[in-house]
This record gives sequence, structure tokens and C-alpha cells, in this order.
Amino acid sequence: MSETALQGTPSVSLASFRFSTAETVKHVVLILGSLIVLLPFYVMVSYSFKSPAEIMQNTGGFFGAQELFRDDYCIKLGRDIADCMVTPIIYNYTTAFEKAPLLRYLVNGLVVTVSIFVIQVLVALPCAYALAKLRFWGREAVFGLVLFCLLIPVHAIALPLYIMLAKVGLTNSYAALVVPWTISVFGIFLMRQFFMTVPDDLIDAARMDGMSEFSIIWNVMLPTAVPALLAFAIFSVVAHWNDYFWPRIVITGDRSLFTPPLGLREFKGDADGDNFGPMMATATIIVAPLIVAFLIAQRRFIEGITLSGMK
Amino acid sequence: MTSISLSAIEKSFGNTPVLNGIDLDITDGEFLTLVGPSGCGKSTLLRILAGLEMPDQGSVTINGLTVNNVRPANRNLAMVFQSYALYPHLSVAQNMMTPLRLRDLSFAGRLPFLGPVVARERYREMSAQVGETARVLKIDHLLDRKPGQLSGGQRQRAALGRAMVRKPVAFLMDEPLSNLDAALRIHMRSELAELHRSLKTTFVYVTHDQAEALTMSDRMAVMMEGQILQLGSPEKIYNDPMDIRVAEFVGAPKINLLPGTLDEAGHVRCGGMVLSRITSNETVGSITLGLRPEHLALCEQGALESLTGQVVHKENLGADIYLHVSVLDAAHRIVLRATPDEGTSVSIGQTVHFKRLCGHAMVFGKDGGRLGLSNAAHESVAEVA
Repeated sequence: MSETALQGTPSVSLASFRFSTAETVKHVVLILGSLIVLLPFYVMVSYSFKSPAEIMQNTGGFFGAQELFRDDYCIKLGRDIADCMVTPIIYNYTTAFEKAPLLRYLVNGLVVTVSIFVIQVLVALPCAYALAKLRFWGREAVFGLVLFCLLIPVHAIALPLYIMLAKVGLTNSYAALVVPWTISVFGIFLMRQFFMTVPDDLIDAARMDGMSEFSIIWNVMLPTAVPALLAFAIFSVVAHWNDYFWPRIVITGDRSLFTPPLGLREFKGDADGDNFGPMMATATIIVAPLIVAFLIAQRRFIEGITLSGMK
Repeated sequence: MTSISLSAIEKSFGNTPVLNGIDLDITDGEFLTLVGPSGCGKSTLLRILAGLEMPDQGSVTINGLTVNNVRPANRNLAMVFQSYALYPHLSVAQNMMTPLRLRDLSFAGRLPFLGPVVARERYREMSAQVGETARVLKIDHLLDRKPGQLSGGQRQRAALGRAMVRKPVAFLMDEPLSNLDAALRIHMRSELAELHRSLKTTFVYVTHDQAEALTMSDRMAVMMEGQILQLGSPEKIYNDPMDIRVAEFVGAPKINLLPGTLDEAGHVRCGGMVLSRITSNETVGSITLGLRPEHLALCEQGALESLTGQVVHKENLGADIYLHVSVLDAAHRIVLRATPDEGTSVSIGQTVHFKRLCGHAMVFGKDGGRLGLSNAAHESVAEVA
């Protein structure tokens, strides 16, 4: 008995390391895919480190040589050449913050995405609760309308929306950035699907304990729905943090209301040519919060996404 | 005195009638069980009493007040659910505290952070109440745990605790034991009955398990197809069922039913058996004879009025052995209880003889109703049955 067991052990461990064609192909495909996705990020981060000459000539590897170079804008201002010699990495990142009020843009982005998400939750939870757990006449019809709204692309209704906001005089304000997004049909749908899985007994128990329907939503449904809310938070925050289209339409003049993606336009080359270093530095700063947030809450995010059955 | 009464309750879901005119009076402090097969409307009746469903017709009164339009929370009833329905994000203590918070605290006292400061005195009383209830239920060491960290039995106790803390008029229980394993279920049966004796509060208990109903209740109502077929003490229901469906539902193993006939003299005949008791009912014709397994006994071959059959299955429960015997030309199968002494020697396939014990047979008419039998001492067959 003991001999066979001993003989068995190495063969088992060998088997677990055996070469498998299927596994190898799977991993090669996945690695290639991740390379394709990561390449633009690599270029972005790399350019944010390099000097303009290195970017143009495509030299210097990932990090660049970090040799001092002459800042032409500084010379135009009439300063001494010795004062205008800068290290590329420092130049790129300081310019990113100096040339445009990037901090202001980041705060704008934060205010807009957070208020959108909070109001979306305030609207979506009661809606989803009613659609999932309350019996009323026409419930299925209302849910059908919700599903129908999912089919309407934002771009199709952008113009009427803009005209409405303009008539009310809300363009160039935080309200213009937030209000059109406060009712998230997707959020209502997602939360409704989640609430359907919450047992009715739990709600009945809360009713017996003396909770009102609103109290049930905030004290019982909300805490049980945290995973689903996180999934929704990813979609909502990522979409509105990265949104370029809508802010570009409603923020026409006031630069202090720019969101981070609009801030990128500041570096679009005008008369004095493109300024890729600071532009890529700005892009890096803009995506950094999302990447950091993702890394911190990675596991919850994946739970949320698998739960919502999306992607 | 808190008596609850339901009168002429009707309820249907869509076109499906669920309850057809239920009348039920529940007296103060009794343990009343609603028992019936699934889909008979017993849970719906309980939910109507709780206020979670509205009856289409009829009224619910508690303490003489009609509460049809009173919210569940204001009826002062507590409910224990089959799935326990504990709030998953709160600890056991917080779960038990919730009904107290909602009932006894003002709006300010319920505020997070600020509340415990504003109503410090009430909070202290409430946690004392929770601690006391937890001690009674022996869950005081679990108060800090979340429901997810508890076993089924512990969750059951926590759910009971949440119902008990606020001292309700009555406890409503919707199959609270059916998610527990068999051993724990039998244990909790006696604990619940003891709890009822010590609390002296009304319990309304819904179950599909006739054993729970028989062991725990003061009175039980057997429901089927939206009606209460019979309401009475467990002894009465078991020994004196008024309907063939009640007789079939209550008792395990099931009552044996044999076809028989009723002759002009009022005697019931089945196979070779003739009952000595007669029925006053004049309808002559086919009837059904009901015999419980414990009212049959093995006997010698050729004994008077015995039945003969072949053993097809044998169930050994230790204290009793149940023999399944096919009788009347293998058309019917009868279960009879034998003592281990008699039963062990019997093997499957063997032919056995058995007879009924006198005075226990029940006779049901064609419509399923019970036919009354009375002793007719002057009859010549009196000695036989």
C-alpha cells in the first residue's frame, strides 16, 4: 500500500506540470490580446517621460535619456538660455499642471461623476424596488418602457437635450453636466434584476418589524445590494469620468467647468505645434485615479461584473 | 385577553381561488396549527392575518378591533419565516434590536450616530431586552455574529429572538422548522412547545408536517383546497377525523383504506370482515373503511375475521416494525404495525394473517364524509368486532 502511494506521488506532480497545447494556445492568445490593449498605455506613459526630440525621432526607449533640453516657450519669454534648460519628465508634468488648470479639471470630474452616481442611485433604487417587489397595475408596461429606453443611444437625443438645456439657461453649468444623466435606465434595470433575487420573506419581515417602504429600500435593500451597486458604480463612474462627447457639447465657454477629458484639448497643437509630452502627462494623470481605484477594489469589481452578467 | 378571529375570509390570486370562506377563532394563549398539503392556502391565511396580504372578502379582528386596513407593523404580531429572513448585513443583536428601534424610538432616536446619544436611556433598555431574550434562547454568545456565520439552528433561534423581543400579541410562524435537519427539527419541536408554555402567548403555526401539528399544538386546523376541513385537538383529529382527506393526511404511515359495502342492516362489510357497530345512515352501497396501522395485529391462521396477505415490504424502525401486506387479491396494500417480537421473524414474500382491533375502524361514505357508527349490543356479531 505505502509503496504504491509513494510511486503514485511523483507521477501526479509530473502530470500537473505536463505541457498542454490547448493551455499554451489559450495563454498565447490572452497575452497577445493584453499586449494590444496595453500598447497605447505604454506609449502614453512613455511619451509622458520623454523630451519632444525623443518623441519625434522615436528614440530613448521607454524612459528616455532624461537629458536637459531647451524649452522654446521659455526663451520666447525672453529668459536666459541657462534658465530654460529642463529635464523632460519634470517639464512634461509641470507643464501639464501649469498650462491648463488640471487640478481644477480633476475636481470638476470628481464633482460631476460623484453627483451623477449618487443621484442615479437615489433614483434607481426606489424605481428598481417598485418594479421588482411591488404589485401595481401596469408594472410590466412600465418595465417594458424602461427596457425600451435602454435602446435609445445618447447621441440620438443629444441635440434636443442641448436645446432644452439652452432654453432653460443651464448650459455652461454643473447642472448641464449632471442633470441629463441622473436617471440611469441601465441602473434601474440592473438593480431591478438584482432585487428580483432578494427573497420576499426579507421584505415581509421588515414590514412586520415596522419599516415603511422607503425605509425598506434604504435599510434593507441597499445593504444587500452593495455588490450590484459596485458593478453599477464601475459603469457609471468610468463612463462619465471618461466622457468627452457631452461635456464638449454643453460646456462651450467657461473653461473652469472643463472635465479632465476636455482638458486634454488644451494641448492640441495650435500655432506652436503639438506638445505631446505634456499632453501624454495629462492623459496619464487623468486615467490614474481610475486605475488606482481599480487596483484597490479589484476583487469587488470583478465580483460585481460577474454578478451583473455584463462583458 | 387577546383573541383573534378571522371571518368569511376569501382570497384568490387571479382566477385561482385560494381561500374559500374561512372562519377561525383563535383564543388567547393557545398554540394553533394550520396544517395541510402544500398549496392548500394555509400560508396565505397566515399572511392575511399578518397583514401582508389583503383578503378579497371577510374581516380579521384582533382584540375586537377590525384590522383589515391596519398596516402589518401596527397589528403587533411577530412573524417567523421559513427562510428566517434575518437582515444579512446586521449582527444578531442588531437584527433583534431592529423591531424595538422602529417601534420604541422617535425619529431623532433612530438617526445614525446621533440617535444613541439622544436616546441613551432607551438604547440601554433595548440592549438589556435583547440580552435577556438571547439568554432565554441560549444565543447570548452569538450576538455579535452576522447571520451568514450561523448554523441553521442558530439562525432559527435568532429569528425567534427577533420575534420575541418586542412581546407581541401573537407569534405567527410559517414553517419555521422545515429548513432544519431531521434531528434538530424534532428537538426544536419540543423547545418551541416549551417556549409557548413559558411565554403564554398565542402561537399560530403553519406547517405541512402533520407530525409537528400533532406534537405541538393545542388545536389544529386541517386545511385543504382553501377550506378548513376540521378544527380540533390533535387527539380528536387523529382518532376521530370527520373527513376521509383528514384521515389520510394525519398519521404516518397513512391510514389504510379498503373498499367495503354497507348492507341494509347498517353493517359494514369488507372482504371477510363485518363490523359489529352499525351506522344509522340509510344509504346502502359502497363505502370506504379506514384502519390505522396500529389497529391491526398479526394473528394465527384461521382466526375469526382475519385477513390474509403477502408481505411485500418491511420497515424496521427499531421500536416498531411496519409490514406492508398486499391483500384482497393484491389489489390493495395495507400497512400494519407489529412489535419487534412478532415482526422480526416475518420475511418478505411470506403470507401473514392479521385482524383488526375492535372499535377503531372508521367508515367513510362515498362523498368522503365520516359515517357515525354506534354500538348495537343486541346484534349477534357483537363479540366479533
